[in-house]
Amino acid sequence: MKRLLLLFALLLAGSAHAASPLPTDSVYQLGVPLTDQGGHSAPLAAHRGAPQIVSMFYTSCTMVCPMIIDTMKATRHAAGDPAQLHLLAVSFDPARDSVDALRRYAAAHKLDLRWWTLARTSPQDTRSLAALLGVQYRQLPDGEFNHSSALLLLDGEGRIVARTNVIGRIDPEFVTAVRKATGG
Amino acid sequence: MRRCLALAILGLLLAGPTVAADHARPDYRPLPGGRFASVIPADGKAAPAVLRPFRLRTEPVTNAEFLAFVQRHPEWRRDRVPSVFADFRYLSHWATPDKLGTGALPHQPVTQVSWFAAQAYCESEHARLPTWYEWEYAAAADATRADARSDPAWRERVLSWYSRPSSEALPPVGGAPDVHGVRDLNGLVWEWVEDFNAMMTSADSREQDGADKLKFCGAGAITMEQKENYATLMRVAMLSSLKATDTTANLGFRCARTD
Repeated sequence: MKRLLLLFALLLAGSAHAASPLPTDSVYQLGVPLTDQGGHSAPLAAHRGAPQIVSMFYTSCTMVCPMIIDTMKATRHAAGDPAQLHLLAVSFDPARDSVDALRRYAAAHKLDLRWWTLARTSPQDTRSLAALLGVQYRQLPDGEFNHSSALLLLDGEGRIVARTNVIGRIDPEFVTAVRKATGG
Repeated sequence: MRRCLALAILGLLLAGPTVAADHARPDYRPLPGGRFASVIPADGKAAPAVLRPFRLRTEPVTNAEFLAFVQRHPEWRRDRVPSVFADFRYLSHWATPDKLGTGALPHQPVTQVSWFAAQAYCESEHARLPTWYEWEYAAAADATRADARSDPAWRERVLSWYSRPSSEALPPVGGAPDVHGVRDLNGLVWEWVEDFNAMMTSADSREQDGADKLKFCGAGAITMEQKENYATLMRVAMLSSLKATDTTANLGFRCARTD
């Protein structure tokens, strides 16, 4: 939570939004640092200014997680591939999902890194982010995770404007919300 | 001797600001951990939880302690906290954003606090919220035994607290210590745990197999063990229904540390 102030400082220091504080209902209020598949660190709010779809997953998950990634891809496509729309998936499993694991996963799933980010953060920040997004997860003794699945649409200011628990096919209502948020 | 004293005073002076920032040092007690038969099996089926040794705060955080925290960290005042971190009832029983008043006595446990606020408080004490397993394990104790759950008297005591009307004023912290020297785990307030959003219980826990595979990747909803221990199952149901921004008049917290 101390990072809140740091985040503010960062935003004030070098962004186009220097003058406008974050809305009080913005998830970007949570200043968690994310590390992406290229090893770069950036705050959760790095894509402030453009809408993005956010979800949580882990790379060694064989059943639902690939469907989460595919659903994010399909949703973006169904909404007309808006250029400014980012896709962000954060790992539940920072212990095993190293930068290298994220990079290999992105390559294996042919994720276009112009708009895709796979990311990891500390275990404590993972829990906070999940709490903020309303995602449940627990680690099982065999190292697998039991988790709920959701896609969240954030507007440019980081406010949750739509969510869906429909995974494995596109949710038409969610696609409509994406179109609206991206001006399509 | 005099030099020793001078050194001691110098040490105190040097340590002064840190001590002041830490407020009155809260008391933490060591708990040994080990294998524990939780109502939530570790693998979702029957495996016991395995707990590393940890330290638990002997008492829940009080209004006075939380007030001192809010004064040091004004971003957690009720008139400044972002709505993504706490609902509109956050600390609403205090007279003003930085005064307790008659509705919140200094030694009562603080309530109307969100999970995010509780986490931030514990961080300020160089601690964290306990996990559910840590909390459940600690709360299984009574005055003489580390695990008193099979004793009907233990269950009766917990359940009789549940049935007390919530409109009554909260007693102050400082109930009788259990075998670990920890107080007030049962009988004062509900308490946040770090992984409150990890309970993974489906709304209808009879649907244990397959039905929720998509909702809960991995193992489906968890099978609850010890169906007769509904004192604890009720607590799980309550915790798993919460959002991290929720605050209620009966929900407080204490902190834990990894040993």
